Amino acid sequence: MKVVLSVALFASSFMLAPTAFAQNSAPTAPVIATDQSLFNDFGGRDGLVLLMDDFMVNLLADPRTKPFFEASDQVRVKNHLVDQFCVILNGGCTYSGRDMKTAHEGMGVNQAGFYALVEALQKSMATRNIPFRAQNKLLGALAPQHRDIVAPPTR
Amino acid sequence: MKMTVKNAALAMLVLGCSCGGITSASAQAANVSGRLLLTGGVSQVEGAAGGGLSTWAVIGGYGTQNQIGGTGYYTKVTLDDFNLTSFGGAIGINNRVEFSVAQQKFDLEQVGAALGLGAGFTIDQTTYGAKLRLFGDAILEQDSPLPQVSIGIQYKDNEQDALVKSLGADSGDGTDFYIAASKLYLGQSLLLNGAIRFTKANQFGILGFGSADDDYSAQFEGSFAYLLNPRLAIGGEVRTKPNNLAVAKEETAYSAFVAFAPTKNASLTLAYADLGNIVVGKQRGLYASLQFGF
Repeated sequence: MKVVLSVALFASSFMLAPTAFAQNSAPTAPVIATDQSLFNDFGGRDGLVLLMDDFMVNLLADPRTKPFFEASDQVRVKNHLVDQFCVILNGGCTYSGRDMKTAHEGMGVNQAGFYALVEALQKSMATRNIPFRAQNKLLGALAPQHRDIVAPPTR
Repeated sequence: MKMTVKNAALAMLVLGCSCGGITSASAQAANVSGRLLLTGGVSQVEGAAGGGLSTWAVIGGYGTQNQIGGTGYYTKVTLDDFNLTSFGGAIGINNRVEFSVAQQKFDLEQVGAALGLGAGFTIDQTTYGAKLRLFGDAILEQDSPLPQVSIGIQYKDNEQDALVKSLGADSGDGTDFYIAASKLYLGQSLLLNGAIRFTKANQFGILGFGSADDDYSAQFEGSFAYLLNPRLAIGGEVRTKPNNLAVAKEETAYSAFVAFAPTKNASLTLAYADLGNIVVGKQRGLYASLQFGF
């Protein structure tokens, strides 16, 4: 099974329940930096925390993404996102959430929803004044996750 | 009669595009349509999604799976001795198929008078296009070396059959076939496109199709766009053309462009275009295009 370390972008409280800790958490998403410079472009871990705070506000404000997040444990989702982005940016963190495929199974995220989330993230990264090139590098690492996240609803 | 039907189709398409939301499908699309700003390209001069001159593999509009997207555009190219107006629109379905219609008006200005046609005589051409995405996703498949690849067809109908034949063209209408590849390199903020077009068209069809001796030839279109920020891209294009007519040497066209998308639904593209020799000499000038899309 292809395990992709990734972002619990459409995580619900269910999938991010404490049991997730014991689940598959092997980080296999690409670490896209060899030094700390990209991580620093995002303001380090503190910058990622602020980014996720803004990101969640955007996700809840957009009717396209709101349904996937309003009932979730938003604090937990944000913490996982911080960890995952930190890993990708070579910030030396550990991601303890589930792999993306398991996490999004049956949620019915379509491609438009995936893109809506990308837009919300772009908006937040712009608000946080993260350099555009750095933004795109992160998005380039996240984009292939559509294969695990976009799937038909099963319940 | 023919013109009326054509114009009605054009009007419908353009109206449909600028008022996305008149059908339930497009109403939903207006709210939820996906894809990233500017990555859907603008409208190339024949109506398909692309750069100004070049054809891209992307499907027009911001629609993604199970969505309908669309674009409407108006382009003006002011050249040394001529000017070209082009307008039309495209509908993209499920990010899989694109249908486009474009009207071109090539104003001969004073050359018209010299040819005895009258100053400001226009050569009109209508282009109907269809494009099919075969495989790949230029945007999402960032970990794959494969580009998005599409094939397309453009049927072009020049209204001035007698005129273009008098210049040596074999026909007043023709069909182009192309295969196009597009790939966004997000890490580099760079979008690359290439296309091979099989065509008989003389100056995009403005001067008809083929000649006594020449039939289809394979021509190249290439372009790059560098994303400066989410709303602004700069780039360049090259498009080779056949050289079928003995009386009017034809050359490769180039452009250097800036595309600006103040909102997701509108973009403005400005370019410096060099279309090469068109009958009376090098034709260079300003290309300006306004596009609305959803």
